[in-house]
Amino acid sequence: MGEISTLHYLVVAACLFIIGTVGVLTRRNVIIVLMSIELILNAVNLNLVAFSRLHGLHGQVFSIFIVADAAAEAAVGLGIIIAFFRNRETMNVDEVDLLKW
Amino acid sequence: MTPVATTFFFYFLSAIAVVSALLVITRRNPIHSALALIFTLLSVGGLYLMLYAPFVFGVQIILYAGGIVVLFLFVIMLINLEVVQKEEQLNRMWVPGVAAAAGLFGLLIFVFVRGRAVFPQTFQKLPEESNTQQIGEWLYSFAPNTPHPTYILPFEIASLLLLVAIVGAVVMAKKRIS
Repeated sequence: MGEISTLHYLVVAACLFIIGTVGVLTRRNVIIVLMSIELILNAVNLNLVAFSRLHGLHGQVFSIFIVADAAAEAAVGLGIIIAFFRNRETMNVDEVDLLKW
Repeated sequence: MTPVATTFFFYFLSAIAVVSALLVITRRNPIHSALALIFTLLSVGGLYLMLYAPFVFGVQIILYAGGIVVLFLFVIMLINLEVVQKEEQLNRMWVPGVAAAAGLFGLLIFVFVRGRAVFPQTFQKLPEESNTQQIGEWLYSFAPNTPHPTYILPFEIASLLLLVAIVGAVVMAKKRIS
């Protein structure tokens, strides 16, 4: 067993991605849904860095942009959660229907 | 240089990452989820280090484990409801959700197994020492005729995005002024 190949990293990233997807699709707690989105972004980052070992540094630069995006998304998402909590006194995704009429 | 990328460390770190990711989506208490998320992020950072990406490792530790998770913990502490933990944790559509995710996982594994030959076994040796410097040059250089790619415009757009996100978060979270 020599060097770990790119495929190993891709499988780990796929596992993290699927776990994040299951979290987004099944949980009712909004905060845990946001954490699952962070898991998904991390899986994508791992893929990019794993491929950057093959194709030069572009993947690493891109993963830095994705981290910046994740920070922006977390800030806005948590702001929305706080605003929603003020309105409804709940954290369930099922009850987020303020834009429906 | 002795390689850090030993087989044992790879399996160790990825086991920690996957197990604590499972903990993130299964815990009732969101604080436990956030703590498990820290473990996942740290072990993914270790995987970055094994891939010879020290700068991304630093960004991962500082921004993710130090910034984003602390933000999550703040919000959890602000609006932690005891009621939510006693309620049903899964939403109405959880069976189709899990089925769709399992289907996607099967598809990914199928592609990886079938396309195994596509991934080459030899790696470009990225120089670990000048790695960070090279990323900095790619991000900041402005001259039109540089030999390497420049990412200055996406970089500036990312800073604009962060500014908009800050303003948006403040507007969302502030008390309504009537």
